[in-house]
Amino acid sequence: MLERLRYAFRGFGAVVYKEILHIRRDYRTVFFALFIPVLQMIVLGFGIDTNIRQVKTVVFDQDGRQASRELVDRLRNSDTFRIIGYVQSDQELNDVIIAAQARVGVKIPVDYSDRLLKGGTAQVLVLIDGSDSSVAGQALNVATAIGFDESLRRVLAERRALPVEMRPKLLFNPDSRSPNFFLPGLVAVLLLFFTTFLTALAIVREKEKGTLEQLFVTPVRPLGLLLGKLVPYFGIGILGLSGLLFFMVTVFRVPIHGHPLLLYALACPYLFVNLSIGLLISSKANTQPEAMQMSMMVILPTIFFSGYIFPRETMPLPFYLFSFLVPGTYFVNISRGIILRGAGIAHLWMDGVVLLTMGVALLLLAAKRFQKKVIAT
Amino acid sequence: MTAKVSEAEAAPVDAAGAAIVAQGITRRFGEITAVKDVSLRVQKGEVFGFLGPNGSGKTTVIKMLTGLLPLSGGAAWVDGLDVRTNGEGVRERIGYMSQKFSLYDDLTVKENLTFYGRIYELPKERLERRFDEVVELNGLGPYVDRQAGKLSGGWKQRLALGCAMLHEPKILFLDEPTAGIDPVARRQLWDLLFDLSGQGITFFVTTHYVDEAERCSHVAYIYSAKVIADGTPEALKALPEVSPAGTRRVGITAPEITRALRLVRGMEGVRSATVFGQSIHALVEERLDVEGMEKRLWQQGILVSEMRPLAPSLEDVFVELTYRRKAELEVTSA
Repeated sequence: MLERLRYAFRGFGAVVYKEILHIRRDYRTVFFALFIPVLQMIVLGFGIDTNIRQVKTVVFDQDGRQASRELVDRLRNSDTFRIIGYVQSDQELNDVIIAAQARVGVKIPVDYSDRLLKGGTAQVLVLIDGSDSSVAGQALNVATAIGFDESLRRVLAERRALPVEMRPKLLFNPDSRSPNFFLPGLVAVLLLFFTTFLTALAIVREKEKGTLEQLFVTPVRPLGLLLGKLVPYFGIGILGLSGLLFFMVTVFRVPIHGHPLLLYALACPYLFVNLSIGLLISSKANTQPEAMQMSMMVILPTIFFSGYIFPRETMPLPFYLFSFLVPGTYFVNISRGIILRGAGIAHLWMDGVVLLTMGVALLLLAAKRFQKKVIAT
Repeated sequence: MTAKVSEAEAAPVDAAGAAIVAQGITRRFGEITAVKDVSLRVQKGEVFGFLGPNGSGKTTVIKMLTGLLPLSGGAAWVDGLDVRTNGEGVRERIGYMSQKFSLYDDLTVKENLTFYGRIYELPKERLERRFDEVVELNGLGPYVDRQAGKLSGGWKQRLALGCAMLHEPKILFLDEPTAGIDPVARRQLWDLLFDLSGQGITFFVTTHYVDEAERCSHVAYIYSAKVIADGTPEALKALPEVSPAGTRRVGITAPEITRALRLVRGMEGVRSATVFGQSIHALVEERLDVEGMEKRLWQQGILVSEMRPLAPSLEDVFVELTYRRKAELEVTSA
């Protein structure tokens, strides 16, 4: 049994030896492989802020008396709106929004104060640019909330306490910081990015140079060759993970609530899947540009369907089901679970098992394809 | 897998003593037959030259003999092992050197050799001993720490040969080992091959240099998927198809060689004529008066400087047989 296993992986040690020599000679590739994800993390980490603040707002205040000025102040103090100016006509209010100089236009009618005094309903028109749904949603919610608040205050005549008060508390990310939400997912995407790439290129390069052909005429077996290629890049993947986590914790101050070792332990099956995908790509691609294109075909679904950007729960059913096939889905869950929620092995073991299964299946598939499509042609 | 094993046949009795035996091996890729019914027999210690133009099926035959490509038909044994069922065993016992230099440019000579030693799982002492021997034999001593990519063509080939023979295979497959290297390196490489064959190593060498074929102890010529000549160079030259009864070959050395060729071809009793360097090789009917030919050329203002009887060269053999095979293919396709 052991003998047969050894036989199936024939050449493994030799290929690892050789691959490490390649990596040592070609340290530039590795440097870029490690450096670019960190760079991406810095750019994306500083660049993306999903909290919508300071939305540009113009006001058409026909009333202009104290009550209307109070309302404008309340909008301004919400932090959601930034009053960038006043306009003097409906036409102007429209134009400013169409020209995207402002996202929100508030029109306070001329009888605002009068109606309030009479105890009637004063209507305030809030025009919101709907071309960016997240900005629009936030503006809508906050404007409505301010209106309610203002109404309640007036109806209850200030003295009495509010009968019901909701006190929401954001768990795990109390300040609702974007890096906390984004970076753990980004780690999953970036790991995929460079590990898939590196392994695919490592083999396709050998195809281009003809060295692969030479290897096949030796007793090296496909599994030995593929696994031998995989192991050194696995090491690089772990190194890359460490770099990303280091920057995440120090530069972006996103603490790891769970156990870092568990994160590493569960990153292993994820890396294994990614590297196997790289191997599978290399069984198909014959040139380096081809390999890059195919890698992109794997990377894009991960970005869109893994839950990294868009919540999976709101996807239409077919996409939601598809997302189960994307390895990134599981690691985004693992990464957010451990880093943000402090999840333990009891919560995440299933994700690890799924990834491991995928990895083994893909590796065997790659080996089979090599035997059939690359060697015997 | 088990079904395949039961198909395996012991090497035929007469295969004893033969390093490579192929019996009617055929390979089809869909509609195309790349190799058709090829039978070969290479004795131990031979330098077997396998010739043929590009695309004739040479590399496919090598891939079949090394167990990489399943046979569509026929059977083959290498060192007594059935390639259909024991490709791994075959690859364990042979060395292979591919057409293109295909070692690792960024690894040193020593690292390349060590890598191959590890592939064949040579124990440490044996690897060290073989490393010293191979470096010595191929004269790689001064370059052991140089990156392979920085060696010149001839040295690269020696390194490739070194890697292929590190594990002491008894049979070496060399796929166009001399393509693209300078004449001196080419000569040295062939001298080395003969040294090694003297020590009992069998070589299966593909080439399209006819002069290299002349040096082989046994030659086969493949054209359009079929082997059309197989034997020692001498035996091939004596083939009746090459020198049909009632004909002989003459070499004519003359100035204005192209005009002379046109004239010779136009003469009655001349079957074929080709230029080799400064002379014309003509296959003529025996009854043809050679002095008359010389005279007729002289009448056209061409002074023949030499006219001599000629034994056919291997090139003549291949040219003649290729014509015949082409004609045969035209008949079958028509």
